[in-house]
Amino acid sequence: MQAVGDGRSDRAILAIGIPVSLAILYVVLETAFPIVYDAVWSDLCAIGHWLDTGMLCNPYLQRGLTTGVFIGVAGPLIGTYLVNRQMALIGEALAHTAFAGVAIGLVVGSWVEWVDDPLLVAVLVAAVAALGLQYLAEHTDAYGDVPIAILLVGSFALGIAIITYGFAFGRTAQGYLFGSILTVTFANVQLMAGLSALVVGIVGLTHKQLLFITVDREAARLARIDVRLYDALLVLLTALVVVAAMQILGAILVAAMLVVPVAAAMQLADGFTGTLYLAVIVGELSVLLGVVISYWLGIATGSSIVLVGIAIYLLAVVGTR
Amino acid sequence: MSDDTPAIEVEDVTFTYDQRPVIEDVTLTVQQGEYLGLVGPNGSGKTTLLKLMLGLLRPDAGTVRLFGEPASSFDAGERLGYVSQTAASADPSLPVTVREVVRTGRVAHVGLRRFGETDREVVEQALDRVGITDLADRRIGRLSGGQRQRAYIARALASEADLLALDEPTVGVDIESRTVFYDLLDELHDDGITILLIEHDLGVVAEHVDRVACINRRLYLHDDPGTVAESDALAEAYGARTIAGVR
Repeated sequence: MQAVGDGRSDRAILAIGIPVSLAILYVVLETAFPIVYDAVWSDLCAIGHWLDTGMLCNPYLQRGLTTGVFIGVAGPLIGTYLVNRQMALIGEALAHTAFAGVAIGLVVGSWVEWVDDPLLVAVLVAAVAALGLQYLAEHTDAYGDVPIAILLVGSFALGIAIITYGFAFGRTAQGYLFGSILTVTFANVQLMAGLSALVVGIVGLTHKQLLFITVDREAARLARIDVRLYDALLVLLTALVVVAAMQILGAILVAAMLVVPVAAAMQLADGFTGTLYLAVIVGELSVLLGVVISYWLGIATGSSIVLVGIAIYLLAVVGTR
Repeated sequence: MSDDTPAIEVEDVTFTYDQRPVIEDVTLTVQQGEYLGLVGPNGSGKTTLLKLMLGLLRPDAGTVRLFGEPASSFDAGERLGYVSQTAASADPSLPVTVREVVRTGRVAHVGLRRFGETDREVVEQALDRVGITDLADRRIGRLSGGQRQRAYIARALASEADLLALDEPTVGVDIESRTVFYDLLDELHDDGITILLIEHDLGVVAEHVDRVACINRRLYLHDDPGTVAESDALAEAYGARTIAGVR
């Protein structure tokens, strides 16, 4: 008797499916995405003029807001699994390793011409850190507080050391720390869109397994779900989301997008699917309101997004009492 | 696979943890359709033996076979159901409904494919069978201990498991719900499901199971409940061995 959905065929689907979807995703991002992007924003710009604001015609805001909309989906989505596995701090730690990655990318980029996007280096470094963390967790049976804290402060210290050695602690580095829509290029928007689409796609495919493991780890192992594979996948996806969100939210505040919308949604929904959808809605509300407020008041984008999110969370807590 | 293949064959199994043997030289066979009670004092290795039987742990010596296959490479996960010790105390902040929990019983069937009509029907039938259809949209953590245990049984039914393992399932469950729960297990047993039950309440064990295995690192006795009550095995396993020896 052969199980229909056994681990081996799952692995095969992932091993073939991921590279193929990556290739399709790349082509779409290079061809269709810029066209849709221009069309949508020229319409929104026209609507903005009609409402008597030139805000939506500002290319900085267009790029920042587009990135934010993608993060508003991917962040809360991954965050719902993380929060319910008591893994919220892992996002924070990976964000700090991503910051170290950006620092390395900036320095390497100043030596080697073709390394023109420090975020690509950040993806790589965060992914390696994620798998390292996963290895530690498997060999110590837990996502220990101490290794996570060491990874968090260690990579942050490394990032700052590299940046201050290589060149002065400039605006660019500050942007990655605190989040700024001013540093987002169109190539960044494409990268963020790609990362977010990848995360949404993989979560869509593996939701049942991720949920089973979240609810009852032992029973999932008994049902011969490949718990190690899905754990590694979740941590890896977290690394991708964190890098995608870092430019807007800043390395220090990135984890907020993984935690705050989820906390708000858990106040309001009973089920996991409901929590997922609601967390994404709260995430989007935070991003849209946050970017607009930051534009009006001239405050850092990341902090205004996080503050809006926390305001929604508090409303949810008070509203359900 | 023929029907008389034993559900579980444990042969000379030893398992050590931190260089201390937790299970030593245990040999035990569970036939398909049998209702086995595993008893023994705290720290006697009952849970470890259960996990070895289910292939969640690998023995350091000896072999474990599940439905004729080596337990560690047995991959028909949908045939196995599990209700853990901690299941009765689920975290109330976990946003998961009863139906969502029961649905996880279908994951081993569908793998990465989407749930179909059959899967949904089986889930509804399982909810109905244990009598919690009206609770299906409630958060699992907000149910009473007894209701929650029935939800986990429903998950095993949804996966159409033919082996159900329960590790002290009624810890923290009130007496009335316990009776309902053990009656439900009796029904499943009558349907032909193999049941492995770890239980500290020897009265429950004597009343419901076919056979009792008395464990304290070693297997002290493996027999029907009536014989166990009359023998010294319980006293021996529970630590009165020296006294029995002197006598």
